[in-house]
Amino acid sequence: MKGASKHVIVAGGGVAGMEAAGSLAEMGYRVTLIEKGQDPGGHLLQWHALFPDRRPAEEVRGYLRKRLNHENISVITSTVVEKIRHHGHDVIVNLSGGTEERADAVIVATGFDLFDAHRKEEYGYGIYDNVITAAELEEMFSMGKVAKADGTLPSRVGFVHCVGSRDEKVSNNHCSKVCCVTAVKQAIEVRKMLPACEVFCFYMDMRMYGPYYEELYRESQEVHNINYIRGKVSEASVNISNRLVIKVEDTLAGRPLKMEVDLMVLMVGMEMSKQGAGLAVASGLETGVNRFLETGDHHYGNNVSRMKGVFYAGTCTAPMNITDTISHARAAVTETVRYLNGR
Amino acid sequence: MSVRQANRFGFGINQSRQINYDTSDRKVRDYVTLREPSFRLCFACGGCSATCTAGEHISFNLRRMITLIRRGEIDLLRDEVTRCMLCGKCMLVCPRGVNTRNVVAMTAEAIRKLDRNEL
Amino acid sequence: MSSEIFVWPFNLGLYFILIYSVVRSTVWFRNLSRPDKLRLQRGFFGIPFMQSIKEIFMESLLHRRIFKKNFVLGYMHMSLAFGWFLLIVFGTIEADFFGEKHLNPPSHAIFFRAFNPDHGAVGLARAYTHLMDFLLAFILSGLLLAVIKRFIPSMMGMKKTTKHTWSDRTALLSLWLIFPSRLLAESFTCGTYGSGGFLTGNLGAALASFLPAAEIAPWFWWLYSLALGTFFFLLPVTRYFHIPIELLLIFMRNSGITTGDKSSSYTEVQTHACSSCGVCIGVCQMSYAAGINDIQSAYFIKGLRSDRDIAAITANCLMCGRCEEACPVGIELGPMRLIERRQGERPDTAKRFLERYSLTGRRSTIERESTQSYGYLVREEAESADVLFFAGCMTHLTPSVISAMKKIMESAGVRYRFMDEQGGVCCGRPLMLAGRDREARELINHNSDIIWKSGARILVTSCPICYKIFRESYYLEARVMHHSEFINLLIEEGSLRLGYLHRKVVYHDPCELGRGSGIYEEPRAVISYVAELQAVPEEGTMSLCCGGSLGNLTLSSGKRALIAADAARSLTMSSPDELITACPLCKKTFGQATGTRVSDIAELVAAALPKPVKKSRGRPARVTTKSLNHG
Ligand SMILES: Cc1cc2nc3c(=O)[nH]c(=O)nc-3n(C[C@H](O)[C@H](O)[C@H](O)COP(=O)(O)OP(=O)(O)OC[C@H]3O[C@@H](n4cnc5c(N)ncnc54)[C@H](O)[C@@H]3O)c2cc1C
Ligand code: SF4
Ligand code: SF4
Ligand code: SF4
Ligand code: SF4
Ligand code: SF4
Repeated sequence: MKGASKHVIVAGGGVAGMEAAGSLAEMGYRVTLIEKGQDPGGHLLQWHALFPDRRPAEEVRGYLRKRLNHENISVITSTVVEKIRHHGHDVIVNLSGGTEERADAVIVATGFDLFDAHRKEEYGYGIYDNVITAAELEEMFSMGKVAKADGTLPSRVGFVHCVGSRDEKVSNNHCSKVCCVTAVKQAIEVRKMLPACEVFCFYMDMRMYGPYYEELYRESQEVHNINYIRGKVSEASVNISNRLVIKVEDTLAGRPLKMEVDLMVLMVGMEMSKQGAGLAVASGLETGVNRFLETGDHHYGNNVSRMKGVFYAGTCTAPMNITDTISHARAAVTETVRYLNGR
Repeated sequence: MSVRQANRFGFGINQSRQINYDTSDRKVRDYVTLREPSFRLCFACGGCSATCTAGEHISFNLRRMITLIRRGEIDLLRDEVTRCMLCGKCMLVCPRGVNTRNVVAMTAEAIRKLDRNEL
Repeated sequence: MSSEIFVWPFNLGLYFILIYSVVRSTVWFRNLSRPDKLRLQRGFFGIPFMQSIKEIFMESLLHRRIFKKNFVLGYMHMSLAFGWFLLIVFGTIEADFFGEKHLNPPSHAIFFRAFNPDHGAVGLARAYTHLMDFLLAFILSGLLLAVIKRFIPSMMGMKKTTKHTWSDRTALLSLWLIFPSRLLAESFTCGTYGSGGFLTGNLGAALASFLPAAEIAPWFWWLYSLALGTFFFLLPVTRYFHIPIELLLIFMRNSGITTGDKSSSYTEVQTHACSSCGVCIGVCQMSYAAGINDIQSAYFIKGLRSDRDIAAITANCLMCGRCEEACPVGIELGPMRLIERRQGERPDTAKRFLERYSLTGRRSTIERESTQSYGYLVREEAESADVLFFAGCMTHLTPSVISAMKKIMESAGVRYRFMDEQGGVCCGRPLMLAGRDREARELINHNSDIIWKSGARILVTSCPICYKIFRESYYLEARVMHHSEFINLLIEEGSLRLGYLHRKVVYHDPCELGRGSGIYEEPRAVISYVAELQAVPEEGTMSLCCGGSLGNLTLSSGKRALIAADAARSLTMSSPDELITACPLCKKTFGQATGTRVSDIAELVAAALPKPVKKSRGRPARVTTKSLNHG
């Protein structure tokens, strides 16, 4: 095969990295996948069931694991890619622990970080026991039990949208795209597990941008009786009976609203990952005002960097769902192959 | 359907319930926007009105106020605008960085001028 | 010297300025309020008078404060002021002692050598001439520095100087001409007669060796007189008017007169005492961190003196108080700005014109229309408590501060009531900072009512903004404490058991707590008790503003962020583990501006509490009983 001797390094073993590695290996390239964590999988490892169809996340993990199970792929885990640089035609990658790897091209797939909810202090994360993040709720789903800190079952749950997204106060003006639909999905899951529990979503806009998302939203109202209140939650406190009190304006009714809830779920958004940002700074890769990696062209160059032989895949460039991440990773492979063939 | 026709069908169109954007007066909006450009940034999230100290006691709603100014509906605001305490909570909450307190101050000023025909 | 006409420009100028000063001072005095008049009258006798004389000597002549800030600048000011002063004093003595008669008109001392060209050839007189020459050289050295400063400000370590008007420029030119023309006039005269000291004598001899000194000398005496006369005539319309006015200010201040909350003779005097030195510009964060260069106190004061509409300048200030702290003249810049903010619209042009050129120069005020009203607030029933905790509006957005305070007070066994747990009413300080005192009063009355009814003897607040107004504008029986003071009290009384946290921290003085209320020691004592407190570059009275200040209505969030980032950079220079502050607004503002962890002092202390927190509600409240006995 034509590219048999060519070697590509994939930095980051999340959905994007695994799909890119799989595609390249299939085409006969030698691939080294380098992942910071103990296992590849990225954030997908934390999710229980996926929107839009609520299939078990394990199915997609299984697909990706199979992708990775190829003789052309070697996987290095618990290792961080620290720097990418050129040496003649080669691309050299510096790894944590002081080692180096040589390659003909690199695909950066360093993904995202969840917004640290402590930074929105007014929501009381880390102060009040029953304020949790969407990721922690997924964990509860996986364990099969949604409960308050004291072990009792909640009778009312509130989902707060846009935590750390669309918010100048935390320097994130971007929308994280997936959290609205995640809230809808999680709201349904809660209602299915706890039919007696009331569920409210506090949103600024419902951004149902993907196929079957709007349908899921509709289903959540029609079948699962989820309540939606349009307003940004300003703060939370606890009252004497130790219940959380959410302050919001019901902007459609035009009146401020107070509501007691047992559990408050913060829909934390996506931010450029710290490791990715470190890599960008060390390697001189450009980042945009939203701090994600800046691509060569927003329309027809969305996988290319401004560094020769370096390509981008997945949420290191912008928030996206798994469907788009996989497409983006395949497109990155196409760009990589085109580059290697043209060299 | 004309108004007369509508009346024939037994329902009237109440003119005052409708914002007539083409005839409404947006001088206050222009006055405030010029002096506090961040006025334009509001995306009506309601964060300010949720946290508002004055809003806990009486009908005072900065989010609605901004929307109404944009539509030229000033009459509803004349009393309301006097109720803000300038405490600044809204400023800390606003995700768009609107300089909320100055919006209130400039609106009050604009309405006063409007009432004196100075606008 | 055959003709004495040349002294007339000087004479006219001198009499003009003397009469002007007397009239103006009289009018100012007449316009003082009765208590202030009494204060001033009393201030002219006894200790205040001595203090004023001492201060005038130290500040107006020696410029001690400027010396401390910048040696070269201090020397420049001192050589000009003190040198000139000595020249006049010794000149008068010289004229008195060596002249034909005693009690001469001032021109005799000033133009002594013109009238006594051959004086000072031998003996004591000769030594005296050397002394006079030395003084002249001393002044000229300062003048040289002033010229350098004017054209190359950076050489004097000055970032910016204020801009000059045409009258300033003319006056400045005449001021600069005074001493060189005196030097040349004396030299030519001495050259003609072979007299003079080491400077004028030698220079005169040299000049006379190739120039017709006798013919030239009168021209320079004319120039000298004209320069003096012009300077005196222009003085009232230039920035140099501050020189005599500052003396008046010192007397008034030492008599116990303060700015108050209305425009008065004292604000007028302060306005004219500003030397446009520009020190306030250099320390203003709005300038060096946010690039806003037209609102600083020097421009504000200048605007007050002229007839410009300065509403925008007045509004666009953080009220951080750094400039006031640094001002070498000691002008109360914060209160002055607040007075302007209280002002309604400006009077019409004709009225302004008349006022401006009347002798008082005092501007009439149109009272600001009331914009806000809070008649809707309903009086609440208050529960009684010994200690009342008022978190403050902002603190509700930093719940970790509230939960830390709860833990601390529970751990110390304090019986308290949380006044605004379910949300309260604003303390009124933000309204006051916006110049809306009348409206603020409504809120003050509302809150006072609740506090009085509670019967509390200590009112603890977590917000320095509330703290300041509680202390200054509320009439309360309860002792008002910021939580840092209260925690310090709990520690001193042994009511709090605390561990030591192995953390390096820095402390940021919130403006309203530090400069605003003078609380610097208590927070530091508390922090040092539980952690390692590191020093920061600008501390205490010159600590930085976080940029979040409620004192500014117009500043954009982007500019605020610039100030916050700059201040945070300076505070975290030593890479501390944590940046500690004592204000919810500072905490929020810095939280966005730095990667360093930002905590309130209460959180730090709560972290040092033994875990798990022992509930000690049943225990008698040692702290409250003890402290109540003193307080
Ligand atoms: C709360 C939430 C729920 C979601 N639920 C769904 C859903 O139901 N359906 C759906 O379609 N999408 C969902 N998504 C989106 C989905 O998680 C992302 O699309 C997907 O994880 C993106 O994959 P990625 O590989 O780009 O990034 P990541 O998953 O972040 O993977 C990046 C990997 O790179 C590694 N890495 C980073 N830097 C380095 C480095 N320098 N060196 C080595 N390794 C590095 C990281 O350890 C990580 O394993 C959800 C997102 C959120 C926030
Ligand atoms: S997807 Fe929804 S919740 Fe997430 S940032 Fe965008 S609008 Fe907010
Ligand atoms: S400043 Fe005015 S509008 Fe803003 S929260 Fe306070 S009272 Fe409400
Ligand atoms: S918080 Fe800001 S963006 Fe939201 S409604 Fe208020 S002013 Fe508008
Ligand atoms: S206000 Fe004070 S510091 Fe500023 S220019 Fe005047 S004298 Fe100098
Ligand atoms: S108070 Fe502060 S912001 Fe205002 S002029 Fe003085 S230094 Fe500048």
